Formats: sequence, C-alpha cells, structure tokens
Amino acid sequence: MLERLRAPWPDRRAELLLGAVSLLVVIVVVTMVVFVAVQAWPTFQHNGLSWLGSGGSLEEQIANTQSTSSAVPASAFHIRAWPLILGTLLTAGVAVGLGLVIAVLSSIFIVELAPARVRRIAIPVIRLLASVPSVIYGLIGILVLVPFVGSHLISASEKTSLQNTVELTGASLGVAIVILTVMVTPIMIALICEALVSVPNSWREGAIALGVNPVRAMLAVTLRAIRGAIVAAAVLAGARALGEAIMISMVSGSRDFTPRIGDGITFLFEPVRTLASAIVDYHEGVGAPALNSTLYAFALLMLFSALVLSVAGYLIKLPMRRHLVRG
Amino acid sequence: MSSVRVDPQRPGRELSGGRGRRSSPSEWRWKDRLALALAWIAGIGLCLIAAAIVLYMGYRGLQYLRPSLLASRPEASISQSASGGFLDPLEGTALLTAIGVLLAAPLAVGSAIWISEYGRPRWLARVVESSIEVVAGTPDIVIALFGLVLFQLSLFAPFSFTASGGGVFGRSFIAAGAMMSLIAIPPLFTATRDGLQAVPAHMREAAFALGKTRIATIRSVLLPSVRSNIATGVTLGVSRVIGDTAIVVLLLGNTLRIEPEGSVPIVGLLRGTGATLTSYVFDNSPAGEGGAPQKAYAAAFLLMVFVLALNLLVDRIGRSQADSTGLTVAGAVV
Repeated sequence: MLERLRAPWPDRRAELLLGAVSLLVVIVVVTMVVFVAVQAWPTFQHNGLSWLGSGGSLEEQIANTQSTSSAVPASAFHIRAWPLILGTLLTAGVAVGLGLVIAVLSSIFIVELAPARVRRIAIPVIRLLASVPSVIYGLIGILVLVPFVGSHLISASEKTSLQNTVELTGASLGVAIVILTVMVTPIMIALICEALVSVPNSWREGAIALGVNPVRAMLAVTLRAIRGAIVAAAVLAGARALGEAIMISMVSGSRDFTPRIGDGITFLFEPVRTLASAIVDYHEGVGAPALNSTLYAFALLMLFSALVLSVAGYLIKLPMRRHLVRG
Repeated sequence: MSSVRVDPQRPGRELSGGRGRRSSPSEWRWKDRLALALAWIAGIGLCLIAAAIVLYMGYRGLQYLRPSLLASRPEASISQSASGGFLDPLEGTALLTAIGVLLAAPLAVGSAIWISEYGRPRWLARVVESSIEVVAGTPDIVIALFGLVLFQLSLFAPFSFTASGGGVFGRSFIAAGAMMSLIAIPPLFTATRDGLQAVPAHMREAAFALGKTRIATIRSVLLPSVRSNIATGVTLGVSRVIGDTAIVVLLLGNTLRIEPEGSVPIVGLLRGTGATLTSYVFDNSPAGEGGAPQKAYAAAFLLMVFVLALNLLVDRIGRSQADSTGLTVAGAVV
C-alpha cells in the first residue's frame, strides 16, 4: 500500500484507468447474463421447470407464441422445449464423441508418427479447418452434402415410410453431425497435441526401453498421462458445438421435429432443430413478447451450459497443470 | 559408446529396442497395428477433407466470381443474372471489422496490461480473467441476442433507427460492431497478456532502475516489445469478426444494401443497416430467401480467400509465439 502511494501520481492514475477498462469488461459480461436472464424470465414463470420437458407439438406451441396482441394470453407462453434440447444434445454429443476419437488418433499421428515433412503440412491444414467460417461449412452442407444424401443415401422406402410425418429431403441430423464433427475436431486436436508434447519424453522412452513398441507406449503411457486434457478438450469442444447456430440452421431442415431414435438408421436422415438454430430461424419474431421470452430462454440455457462446461474444463485441467506442465 | 548400433539402411539413426533391432509394425499385436493404421488414416483423412473444402471452394469461386461482382451493388431480383454484385456486403464487412477491432483493442489491451502489470486487488484480476473466459465460451448467437435487447433500450436509441411509435429498432452497424468487439476481445486479450508475461523481468527492473515509473515502463519498454503479440491478437480478432454470421444476421438489419440512417454522413452510416459477406452468403444460399447459389459460392470464395490470407498473416507474425505444437497461438486455436 505504502509503496503504491509513493509512486508518482500519473502512474496511479494510469492504474485506475486501466483498472476501469478491465472493470468495464466485467460489467459488460455481467450485464449480458442479467439481460438474457431477465428477458427469459416470463417463459420460466409460466412454465416452471417443465419448460425443459416434453409434451405436445413444439411447432404449434411456437406458432402460439407469435401472438403480438397487446395483452398476451398466458397460454401463448406454453412451451415444452425438449425436442430442441434433444436435438442440441444429439448433434453436439455425437459430433464431440466422433470428433474425440478422430482427434486423439490424429494428434498421435501429428506428434508421434508423422514424418517431419507431413507434419509441416498437417499443422497449417488443421488450423485452416478450425478457422473456416461456419457459414462456408453450412453452404457446402446445403449445396453439396444435403442433395447428395437426399438423392443417394435415402431410399424411396424410407421416404414413404415417413411421408405422413415428415419429408426427408436430405437436410438432416446426420449431415449436421458430420459437418459439426469436422468443425470441432481441430479444436480438440490443438488441445490434445499441446498436452501430448508436454508429457516428459523420458516416460515414453522408459516404456520403449521395457520392450513395448512405440504405439503401445503411446497408448499405455502417454495417453494415460494426458487423459485429463482429453476430457477437457472434449468439454470445451462441446461448448463450441452446442452454440453452433448458422451451420445447423442451414443443413438440418429447420423443422420442429423430434428425431425419433426408434426409427433405426432412418433416424439419421430426419430433420432436427437445436436451441441455437431455433434462434436463427425465429429471430425475426422477437417483436412478439412470448416468442421473445422463449428465444431468450433458449439463449439462457445455452449460456448456462457453456458456463458449466467451461468451469468443468477448467477444473479438469487443474490437477494436470499441477503435475505435468513442469516438464 | 560402442553399444550404440547404427541402422545400415539409414545411417545416423540409432536402432531402438532392447534386442538390438528395430521392431517393425508387422510383428506387433494386431491391436497396435490397428491403432497405427487408424492414426494414419485419421491424420491423412483430415488433411484430405481440408484439401477438398479448399479445392471445391476454389473451383466454384473461379467458376462464378467475376471482377464485375466486386464493383457492382446488389439488386433485388429473383434471377441470379440480375441480382447484381456484392460491393455493399464487402464494404459492410470492412466497416464492421473496423468498428469491432477499434472497440475491442483498447478494452482487450488495456485489461491485459492491467492484469499482468498491476493486477491488484487479486480477486478483481481473477474476476476479470474469468469474465473474459466466459465471453470466449459464449455462443455468438447468445451475444447477438444480448446485443438486440441492449440496443433496443431507449438509452441507446441514438445508435439506431427509432420507429414512429417510439420502439427502438436496435439494429445498426454500431450495435453489430459493439457485439463483434465482444468476440474479438478474448483472442486479443490472451495474445497481449501472454506476450507481456513472456517479457523477461530484468527488462522491467532495468527500466525501474533508471527511474521510470510503471506506466512509463509500459509505454516505452513493454508495449514495443509485445507489438507482434498485439498484431497476432488483432489478426485473430479480425478473422473471428469476418467469419461471424449470427451477429450480422440478427443485428445488422440484414438489408440488401447499406442503408444510412439520417443525413449526417458518417454518423448516419454507423446508425444504418447493411449486410456483410457472411450474411450475403447465408441469404443467397437455399437457407435464406435469395436462392442464388452462384452468388453465394462467389462470395464464400472471397471469404475463404480472406480467411486463408489472415491465416498466413498469423503464421508470419505469430511464428515466434506459437507454442511447441504450432497449433495454438496465444492460447487460441486459429
């Protein structure tokens, strides 16, 4: 304290100014959470926690919320968001699961197996995959993959089997998952590679000296050492995946349809809608109070999950940092 | 030592393995061989996917991109041959990027300096760092919705168009730019903070010993030495802003052309609505209303060129800061 008082004044003023700038960032973030929560409040007030549950047709419920009359009837707020939550969990969960396997394998490839020349190509390529804007992924999805799936992979019998419930055009859960996997894998690769190179070389060398082959040493020693980082990578990629809005809105059919797991493989060809893509699809209706509140509730749920996931990622990484980053 | 054996085929490489020869994959257990094969397939496969995306976009772009598209304004038309070019979206992208980065840079650099050079009280520093992590993890669509409710407050009415009934539209270049600055802050902050923390302590001590104050040290010693980190951060921020669609679709009003609001030249432009390349691609794809895939491909190709160029730029300025894998720069996947 004394030391700070002794410093000349301009320095003190600079500290206060910079501190104020930092504080401004905090204020903006707090405002964001508060504003979204306040906007979302009416729909939770009307529905309680059964908002998260299922029941009735989401399509009708959302149509009801669009009433713009000055006195909004309480029934307009009635919504059961489970189809969207299921859609979000399915797309993000499967994409992260698939991506994790690919990411672990390709991280091993990049760090351990690839010859230096291949590695010099692979690293910028993976960084490129991570930086392609989601609208380009969406464009390729809707103009290339969706028509391909629609005309080659979905058989006529699958189309007729569902013709009374939903039209199978190719814009589907499966396409969304495939593209989302490509989008989140590079994030995981970056985090896993970072952890892989921080494992002390002597651990792996020790294993090889005991007579196992390099791949086994990798699987048994190195991967085990970084399993925390692998989980953290999956968690952070999950946060990214569940917030993906534009790409999913473009390729997944934009129908309020609950994918029915019971349909077997056809299930992958059914349209899906996630929390994020619902906001994109309905954003023009924010003038209607009930729909407005519903959309902010979707946002609040995403904000909350992203928060939980990043805290989880941080907590998982903590013990790792303690005993690994020495090396 | 004489016990080190040298592989006759590849001189200079030591043989590993206790029995004095290199074990070849053909003698491994099938599980290990499978893992080896899968790792190669995954690595090469990802490279092939990236190559396919770049080549396909390049092919479509060269097929549909005409120089005249860059210079002509978009027209409202159903037919692709009459719907004009994307001059306005291009200008929109440039303007929005400029606003976003100009707003983000002082906030991010200022708080990075405060965190690494002052950082007292400790708890406040922790709070600042965590809130930036929260922003980094927040989906852009949520940030866009936040911007919508924020700029519809009557307090912010001067920043956008007010309807006759008193309702504030809440969509303008300022609104979208302010929210864009939120997604540009995390990479810029992380890059600057990591750069400052990597400056050796003796540089600060030398400046203090010469009688410089903290802020004088920051200005004349620290900031010049982290210039390249800040440049990396700005480039990362720019590539985030250029690629973002959700904020543009919700907050820029999504008009075909840039529509200034009011007659004051620059202020009117900032209060006005418009489009960017990303929203142009979105609107012209079958998902939007336009249904002009050729235009969407052409604009997406241009976007891809920008992203590739920014990637190269990060590579250039960021090479010294990239960590040991070269995959992350300043803690961000780029």
